[in-house]
Amino acid sequence: MSALSRRRILFGGAAVGAGALLTACTSNEPDNSAQVNTNTDASANPNAAAGEKVVIGFTAPAADHGWIAAITNNAKAQAAAYPDVEFKPVEAGADAAAQRAAISTLVAQKPTVIVMLPHDGKELDSAGLEAMKAGIPVINLDRAFPSQAAFRLQIKGDNYGMGLAAGHYIGEQMKAKNIASPIIGEIPGIDSLELTQERSAGFKTALAEYGFKVANRRPAEFTADSGQAAATALLQALPKMDALWNHDDDQGIGVLAAIKQTNRSEFFMVGGAGSKAAIDAIKADNSVLKATVTYSPSMASSAISLARLIGQGKGMSDLVELQVPKEITLASETITKDNADAYAKLGF
Amino acid sequence: MTTQTAPPEAPTKPERRKLDENALRNLGLVGVLILLIIVGIITKPDLYSDPTWVKNNFLTILQQASAIGVVTVGMTFVIIGGGIDLSVGAIVAIAGVWSTTLATQSYGAGGMIFTAIIVGTVVGLINGVLIAYGKLVSFIATLAMMVAARGLAAQISGKQTQISTNSTINDIASTRPLGIPLLVWILAVVVIAGWVLLNRTTFGRRTVAVGGNPEAARLAGINVKRHTMLLFALSGLCCGIAAIMLTSQATSAQAAMANLYELDAIAAAIIGGTLLSGGRGTIVGALFGVLVFSTITNLFAINNLPTEVQNMVKGGIIVAAVLIQQFRFQSLTQLFKR
Repeated sequence: MSALSRRRILFGGAAVGAGALLTACTSNEPDNSAQVNTNTDASANPNAAAGEKVVIGFTAPAADHGWIAAITNNAKAQAAAYPDVEFKPVEAGADAAAQRAAISTLVAQKPTVIVMLPHDGKELDSAGLEAMKAGIPVINLDRAFPSQAAFRLQIKGDNYGMGLAAGHYIGEQMKAKNIASPIIGEIPGIDSLELTQERSAGFKTALAEYGFKVANRRPAEFTADSGQAAATALLQALPKMDALWNHDDDQGIGVLAAIKQTNRSEFFMVGGAGSKAAIDAIKADNSVLKATVTYSPSMASSAISLARLIGQGKGMSDLVELQVPKEITLASETITKDNADAYAKLGF
Repeated sequence: MTTQTAPPEAPTKPERRKLDENALRNLGLVGVLILLIIVGIITKPDLYSDPTWVKNNFLTILQQASAIGVVTVGMTFVIIGGGIDLSVGAIVAIAGVWSTTLATQSYGAGGMIFTAIIVGTVVGLINGVLIAYGKLVSFIATLAMMVAARGLAAQISGKQTQISTNSTINDIASTRPLGIPLLVWILAVVVIAGWVLLNRTTFGRRTVAVGGNPEAARLAGINVKRHTMLLFALSGLCCGIAAIMLTSQATSAQAAMANLYELDAIAAAIIGGTLLSGGRGTIVGALFGVLVFSTITNLFAINNLPTEVQNMVKGGIIVAAVLIQQFRFQSLTQLFKR
């Protein structure tokens, strides 16, 4: 009996100690790498002068991905840079239905403008229409609505252009190295997504211009562990490779790990999206990663700036038009060692 | 529920009969593996003509099976014990994320391994307590844990990918003692430990008894509740080990890692001959199940075939394996007996 209770005390004490240690282990440094337009000097830019108060409602999916996290952080940080903007974020929940409900709640609160990254453009088309009908301009971030009446402004990245940029970079490099029939690998993200298909289509088109094609294609799931698994399979299938395009820098952490684990270095790799880790690696030039094509979450910062202008009825000062245009598609840029410094602040 | 395990015509040597049945089933799985490799040799003779590549390929197949293999060992125990654990992928994620926070990483490799194993075991223990003492059905309890643990992982990580900067942890994936990847050694140790635990200890006997007929087990003096709780803790422990393996492979952890591991582990256990209703199953069979999946992935990769076809084939194999288990092997073994 006494032995048992002593054992219990020992176990109990150990459990409490481990618990205390583990609870302390959940802390992470706060992230402060938001991409903000700090051009708020009113003397240089009349648009920056504080105007009437704008309430911006914001909703984006709660996905477990660095890019989406950066979208939300950027929007928040950009809104905080304007004294005349009140930022009202709403949790979008796990799926399109939950986000639709969230937007209804948001519309009822009558914000000046709504900025949203929909779970799915098609499924949230009706929510966009509902808000527009209620007289609230909607800014669609990245995932287009089919109805033209469902949005005031659409700002998105260029998935097809991303594939083109990666393909052209690889094509030019191969031409420079005089490799006539290179072996090219591709690691896309979740294959059923339209954005993945657009990226791959652009990549294929650009490579075809040089007479090249993809030798092997192993999709991952935008996570590092799936990237590692896909890359391991790809490297095993192609004992010799000349170039590799990995669609996403987040899964690229795993892709680079797999390359290191298999001791391969006979090829170069192009990334996608433009994460801070990827830009740093390109700058350091000590891995196979030589370039990345951007799909920048800085679009969220721009969306907030434009939402403010729309709310205040102002246009973009460099353009002739008195109002903000209806559609903006960001160009996909290629980051290499030469320009990595300039892009370092845009990494997420 | 357990009528298949104790057919009336062979009451004299039940132990012998069970062994034969298991051996036959495992032999069948080895046959499938050999078949898959032959298909690989036929479709890619150029690759298979290089002995170095072939050796590397087998090690790659084993290495890709390592983390999921460890999870499957835990899953096999839970299923034999009459339960199911849908939260294994989520436990791997929470253990991986918890062990790669900046605070944990500051304690070094030991701290990270300790954290992953303790977090995995404790989460499994919570499952076990809810199921054994809270009287929740394991399907529901672990479904709830699956959602909650991924949620907590997302909360802790701030939805970011947490990069491991610890070289000792990252080197686990590239170290090769005696030319064989350390990850494969870990898998081997876990499989052997699992086999011994299931076949050579009272814990294993009790697991089979509890899964086969919990009421009879209780009447025989087994503390069924406590045993059920321990089985889920064991599954959590395996997830903690797998979390470290996966973290070292990806040099990072995130809330979405080990996606759908629960389904792969259940499928591997089932095609390895584990009865979903409990009371029967083997660790070796489960290992072969994992290897079959890993070999299929490899076969599709070297032939550059799309993964959607691969998933269809995987589904087909699961159905075929269960059908074969239900009809062919029963009649086959009976045939051999006569």
